[in-house]
Amino acid sequence: MNHSELFIVLIAMIGGAIRVSTPFMFVALGETLTEKSGRINLGLEGNLVLGAMVAYAGSYTTGSAWLGVLMAGCSGLVLGAMHGYICKLPKVNDIAVGIAFMSFGTGLAFFFGKPYIQPLAPKLQAIPLGFWSSDPNIAQALQVNPLFFVGIALAIFMWWALANTRWGLIVRMTGDSAASARAMGVSVDLVRLLATAVGGFMAGVGGAFLSLYYPGSWNEGLSSGQGLMAVALVIFARWDPIKCVYAALLFGAAGALGPSLQSIGISQGYYFFNAAPYILTLFIMIASARSKSAAREVPGELSLAK
Amino acid sequence: MSVMASSAPAASRGLNPRAVRMIEAILIPIGALVVSALLFSIFLILLGKSPAQFFNLIWVGGFGSAFSIQNTLQRSAPLILTGLAFAIPARIGLTLLGAEGALVLGGFTAAAIAIPLVTGGWPAFIGLPIMAATAMATGAAWIGIAGWLRHYRGVNETISSLLLGYIAIAIMNFFVEGALRDPGSANKPSTMPIGDAYRVGPIPGTSVHWGLAAGIILAVLLYILMTRTTFGFAARMTGGNVRAAQAQGLPVGFLVVACCAIAGACAGLAGFYEVAAVHGQANASLVAGYGFTGILVAFLARQNPLAVVPVAIMFGALAAAGGLVQRRMGMPDATVLVLQGIIFVVLLVSETFYGRIPFLQPKTGERT
Amino acid sequence: MNKMTVSRRSILKTGLKAGAAGLAASALPFGLARAQSPITLGAVYVGPRDDFGWNQAHAVAMDILKQVPGVTVIEEENVPETDAVAQSMESMINLDGANLILATSFGYYKPFVVETAKKYPDVQFRHAAPLWNADTDPKNAGSYFCYLNQAHYVDGVAAGLCTKSNKIGFVAAKPIPSVLSNINSVLLGAKSTNPDATVQVIFTGEWSLPVREAEAANALIDAGCDVITCHVDSPKVVIQTAESRGAKSCGHNASQAPLAPNGFITGAEYKWETIYKIYADDLAKGEELPNFIAGGYHNDMLRNTAYGAGATPEAMKAADAAIEGLKAKKPIYVGPLKDNKGNVVIEGTMDNYDPVLDGMNYLLEGVQGSIT
Repeated sequence: MNHSELFIVLIAMIGGAIRVSTPFMFVALGETLTEKSGRINLGLEGNLVLGAMVAYAGSYTTGSAWLGVLMAGCSGLVLGAMHGYICKLPKVNDIAVGIAFMSFGTGLAFFFGKPYIQPLAPKLQAIPLGFWSSDPNIAQALQVNPLFFVGIALAIFMWWALANTRWGLIVRMTGDSAASARAMGVSVDLVRLLATAVGGFMAGVGGAFLSLYYPGSWNEGLSSGQGLMAVALVIFARWDPIKCVYAALLFGAAGALGPSLQSIGISQGYYFFNAAPYILTLFIMIASARSKSAAREVPGELSLAK
Repeated sequence: MSVMASSAPAASRGLNPRAVRMIEAILIPIGALVVSALLFSIFLILLGKSPAQFFNLIWVGGFGSAFSIQNTLQRSAPLILTGLAFAIPARIGLTLLGAEGALVLGGFTAAAIAIPLVTGGWPAFIGLPIMAATAMATGAAWIGIAGWLRHYRGVNETISSLLLGYIAIAIMNFFVEGALRDPGSANKPSTMPIGDAYRVGPIPGTSVHWGLAAGIILAVLLYILMTRTTFGFAARMTGGNVRAAQAQGLPVGFLVVACCAIAGACAGLAGFYEVAAVHGQANASLVAGYGFTGILVAFLARQNPLAVVPVAIMFGALAAAGGLVQRRMGMPDATVLVLQGIIFVVLLVSETFYGRIPFLQPKTGERT
Repeated sequence: MNKMTVSRRSILKTGLKAGAAGLAASALPFGLARAQSPITLGAVYVGPRDDFGWNQAHAVAMDILKQVPGVTVIEEENVPETDAVAQSMESMINLDGANLILATSFGYYKPFVVETAKKYPDVQFRHAAPLWNADTDPKNAGSYFCYLNQAHYVDGVAAGLCTKSNKIGFVAAKPIPSVLSNINSVLLGAKSTNPDATVQVIFTGEWSLPVREAEAANALIDAGCDVITCHVDSPKVVIQTAESRGAKSCGHNASQAPLAPNGFITGAEYKWETIYKIYADDLAKGEELPNFIAGGYHNDMLRNTAYGAGATPEAMKAADAAIEGLKAKKPIYVGPLKDNKGNVVIEGTMDNYDPVLDGMNYLLEGVQGSIT
């Protein structure tokens, strides 16, 4: 690999990170909020897929892509609220309900999405941040969708708000010890309901990015497990919104590795390059596990992380 | 929750707690299915479709004839095994999403080991057990890795098993399209066919393959293991509270890895039957989502190995009838997904009624 | 067994009309009464029927069969290549009385179509790939197929004149003969009009994985390709990505022209309706179906999508001429040809339907990419 080829791969990975990371970011941030409140919603894949379908249908029907994004968020909100409500019933397992909603959400999306596979809906526009460069590849890699920045801003806001605001304190306390939250007069169920609903909203917006920007169409194979993976990334990111952004970027960049290596002629074993995001994540997890700080960040009430 | 207290024995009304639990375990799921059917009927009516026709088709397609029953059972066979693969580790408190990968890799290694066996002229009664054992060992090792990482390295098993699943598929594809590709499998890269002599036939008198029988036998054995042995007791205790189990001196690490290995062996065995009874070779069609459906099956079965069997059969019936619904009512294949989703959600909500059905509870005044 | 059943069975009894493509007009006389026995045709698709690709091409053509009096078409979509397809076909036979099954995905054939055909000798099975073997496979099964690489050759002819960078990008699913033949045909077509043209290929490893397909299209454009084409189940994402980046594009399987109003050149499309019409006519007349139909441009089983805004006038002219050539069976693979590792893989001139080409396992010199 000579310098210019290395350059191509690097640019492609940066571009890939920006293009592919956004849905992972939104789902992971939504899940972080939910898990911080002490509940797990494993079903955000359902929100993501339903959001993608609703966004596309909404954009097609109303002619406004941003209205589609809002509708996608609302569909996620409804699924999240249902999850949150059901989980407050005694003896109901939140992981199981999450898996049920994954199945329910994708089912609804596929069922009602059939008429929207064919039509062309208005899409979200990108901001050309690479205008300064004469290199078309750099210019292209820096075509950035506004949702990407919304995601980063959201992560910074969540990071700040969880640490510094009263609301953040309430969420964290609910997640760490329901008993002490109750002692403070906090309605644990209500906090979790809201956290799950808002988390669901974010996942829905992530789906809108898939269908309205990249890859930018609605079909049944669109997500192929990205929502499930993003939920898993939350554990990888140790419930830290900023680290969720890093994890999503890393995942996106690794996903660009396979195609870009083939584009410079390295195609031996392309299945493994294509699996790079998974392999890389696993190795980082193994390497970073058992670090001294790792155990401390787990919300105490979380059934997944006993 | 004041009601929580009322799970006290209903002995005063002549019902012993065991009988109450039995009645609940039958009444509540049936009630949930009825409610799901009603909800889905509303959905259908809103869409202008006939619920009566729909449920009739589900019956006809799932159980209405000898053919339909066999269709249902055939489809449920891999789901029993992958359901067990989720249920067993769940008893020890692990959420594993790795059955898909273990099935794929198990099936692939079974087909791979079959190549020298077939070319070496070994008879099927020697070759098939070797294939099955290889598949189970590979699956056990693959999910065992997730258990080992969990216990000894502190790596979350949910995410590691999911990642391992994707990696397993990459490994299978790499070999199937590369070193182990049968040159004759031009447009569908596959390993060398295992040949008719190595194909596992159907259970006599039916068209259902032996994977169904294996699944049922394993379900019974694992039920006994988890409820009647010290191993099962220790595993469940660990699932209840790891620290308490460690304090008791239980070999938690061994238990965790063993439960994962059992799960992997179940999924690997499912892969073996996919190769030996269904495809006759390994190829990308092994990635059929059985591992993920198995998670739904296990949850609906409340992680009870015995209950996995009827739940898997219900899923098989829905899948079998799904095609008929597409053909006769012109409804999309996702119809069944919506119905599954509704059943699933309602059944989970129904969990909350265990120990809370009024007429099964003692009246407060009668309590002595 | 009553007379009616006997006659229906004799209609569906297999006959071997092998080989010669499209020769459906064989004349075995059957009575009118027999011809009117009802036909239920079950069609099985591997993906959604409206995928802008492979399945849509079949489903659109299936509508032709629905017009035939006495023929009922029943359809199932999203049927995976597992024993689910065997169960679906059996269910169509047992519960809906299907007597002709069209299985439209490659991986359905072995073992599922073959074994189901053995189990139900009175039912006819036709499968969309050139796999049926007269010696070993059941006589009530059969194959139909169109050699799409001829239309991809036409794509290449046009693309060669539309590219400025002389680099054509190809997003491919898997390195299997039918895909490799399309890639090589694009190359040979492009070289026929532009000797400097090369083709760069990226394999995604899956038949349908939208995000990776978009990434692959982006990587090809980043590498300097200014015309993009593909062979994946649903080309929608690839064509849209090319369009949004200002690259030109050539389609695959079905028409993607509406997806790329600026850059669309032309596309390789199946005309399954030609084959389905042959089946429909035979069914309507109560005749036996041919076991093997294969074809291409010379027997009207392919077309290229109407030229889009991306096609230059010279490209259209050259592509039209190429189509005329293919209709006259002008060969695509004219040796000697080397693969991209330097080995001579084709010595002389190959007929466009030469079965040797069905086993293609190389990329020709001029294609950047590797199949391992």
